[in-house]
Amino acid sequence: MPRTVLEPRFQVEYLSILDSDGKLDSSLEPDLPAADLKRLYRGMLLGRRLDERMIRLQRQGRIGTFAPIKGQEASQVGAVSTLKPSDWMVPSFRETAAMLWRGWPLEKLLMLYAGFLEGGQPEPGQNDLPVTIPVATQVPHAVGLAYAAQYRGDDAVVMSFCGDGATSEGDFHEALNFAGVWHVPVVFVVQNNQWAISVPLKKQTHSKTIAQKALAYGLPGLQVDGNDVLAVHAACREAVDRARSGDGPTLIECVTYRLGVHTTADDPTKYRAAEEVEAWEKKDPLTRFGAYLQKKKLLEDGLTESVDAEIAAAVKRFEALGTPDPLGMFEHAYATRPPHVEAQRAELAARLRNGDGPAAALANDPPSPPMRGQRTSRR
Amino acid sequence: MAKLNLVKALNLALLQEMERDEDVLIMGEDVGVDGGVFRVTEDLHRKFGSKRVIDSPLAEAAIIGAGVGMALYGLKPICEIQFSGFAFQCFHQIENHVARYRMRSQGRFHVPMVIRMPYGGGVRALEHHSESEEQFYAHIPGLKMVIPSGPRNARALLVSAIRDPDPVIFFEHKGLYHAAKEDVPDEIETMPLGRAQVVREGSDLTLIAYGAMLRLAREAADTLAEEDGAQCEVIDLLTISPLDRETLVASVRKTGRAVIVHEAPRSFGPGAEIATSIMDGAFLSLEAPIARVTSWDVPFPGFAREKGNVPDLARVLAAARETLAF
Repeated sequence: MPRTVLEPRFQVEYLSILDSDGKLDSSLEPDLPAADLKRLYRGMLLGRRLDERMIRLQRQGRIGTFAPIKGQEASQVGAVSTLKPSDWMVPSFRETAAMLWRGWPLEKLLMLYAGFLEGGQPEPGQNDLPVTIPVATQVPHAVGLAYAAQYRGDDAVVMSFCGDGATSEGDFHEALNFAGVWHVPVVFVVQNNQWAISVPLKKQTHSKTIAQKALAYGLPGLQVDGNDVLAVHAACREAVDRARSGDGPTLIECVTYRLGVHTTADDPTKYRAAEEVEAWEKKDPLTRFGAYLQKKKLLEDGLTESVDAEIAAAVKRFEALGTPDPLGMFEHAYATRPPHVEAQRAELAARLRNGDGPAAALANDPPSPPMRGQRTSRR
Repeated sequence: MAKLNLVKALNLALLQEMERDEDVLIMGEDVGVDGGVFRVTEDLHRKFGSKRVIDSPLAEAAIIGAGVGMALYGLKPICEIQFSGFAFQCFHQIENHVARYRMRSQGRFHVPMVIRMPYGGGVRALEHHSESEEQFYAHIPGLKMVIPSGPRNARALLVSAIRDPDPVIFFEHKGLYHAAKEDVPDEIETMPLGRAQVVREGSDLTLIAYGAMLRLAREAADTLAEEDGAQCEVIDLLTISPLDRETLVASVRKTGRAVIVHEAPRSFGPGAEIATSIMDGAFLSLEAPIARVTSWDVPFPGFAREKGNVPDLARVLAAARETLAF
């Protein structure tokens, strides 16, 4: 018997609205009011400037290792700007600009990367999960949140973030599969920044796109120019609207580039060529969107200064925090401390009262151990 | 009051909690139409529908991962892992997230989830269907680890686990599912988590066990009373973590001797923590070294050899007599 062609025929679309010079395909220009365009740019700039400031703070030893976002501002701000505050955002660990947009106070991000779990505590009523570090493990959480929202009859949409490396993890695929079967209101945003630490996309997957992975699970998948905030916004708007109207999940692949390091402990010169980085610098999302706004006469004077002042004020508040009370670690292990944890707390409290607690030891702290991807010596 | 086996008693707990609280839902492989491979969720799908009794795709990590999301939203998912031997495909979700969300979010979120798993050997089953792996969960801060020993306490403990604001790993011994029937009251009963029970009082030796091993401890106590004239106190642990050190210590202060029986392999198993806790609290009362009767430190040897691996009455008696004679 001859082989027959089965019905499903797939195609993956690619969406780009602004070219690398900020020139517009006007037929695709989203209908966004000037105030919204200005807000998008400010959100991206705030992400970029905070990132730069955090790198300096890290180099000075005032915060620990973190994952900078430089180059990915459009993917993040373009995506979360389509959510309502009552929707849910599920980040991985490289979503500073998205988190700022969602209302995380700047000093909380600084606290988080200075080792205070308080920095990971969402504000009351803020529907965001804290940063998740083990790759892709947060994606099923987004599906569960979406199931719960649907179960309760709430109007909420859930947006989850992960990177290209995460698409190799089982949790990513299990989550997409569950979302497809359950038909829940979730949008999976993959920031394909081309590099999972030192491993390039071509060693990560043999698929031509990440977007097409959605098709195997019966979901629509769309690839979008991740350095074009208008394209990301338009694609995510469509996906969020689809989710909210009961038409199920979508995968959006934002094709972008990590212009900087994987984390502040990484040295990318070991694994990628300067020419590659330079080529992507020409597609910098801030430059492109800035040129577009310039033409529309929407670029505000003094914006960088106002953003920097906001950051400086947050750094000041952060630095006024002082030393944490070690006993704080016993507050949120359980709803009620079991007797053995209570006894351990009392043991540490007694040490602290006697002055032989960790306060004295802190001064002689050994250097932090390396994080995932960190090299312990310079070449 | 009805005579129920463990399966029916657990089913009753699930039924009544689901009737009481719309936020309680069940998710797992074959838990819906099929009623679970051991029938613990039988009929619940018919009563509550497929939105509340979810036949999920076959993927442990997403069962627990999606359960985390549901719990963060405010629901109370009861996730069934079909056999505890398969839980390592979701162990990262349990360790990385279920146990830590309260801490990571500094109390903004918590995960009021129950993860039920059949565990234990002696049922002539294949590899991954016969192991006792409670030690992994008992070791993780942020979790509670519960193992009932019979229908009545299983029902009450499951109700308490569902109502507990913290995540609970709930092990059900496969060998107990149909082993014995007990009177289980119709009205909802709870039992505090973190409390052991003295199920037989005695003055000469403390026998500590849980799950299917409790029956061995009771039998050993009967035999020792009859044949040796020794009075054993028997403690049913019920909750492995947090461990009820107070009850253990009080008993050994009285008896001066202790034998711990568990099905998990010996090294770094619950017996090590139990013995240390007794040493901490009752060192000066001890008349003999604390003995452990456990499975050996080998991977599951296949059920043809299982009888030599899982503790039996003869091993418990031998350890008890050695301890009494020390």
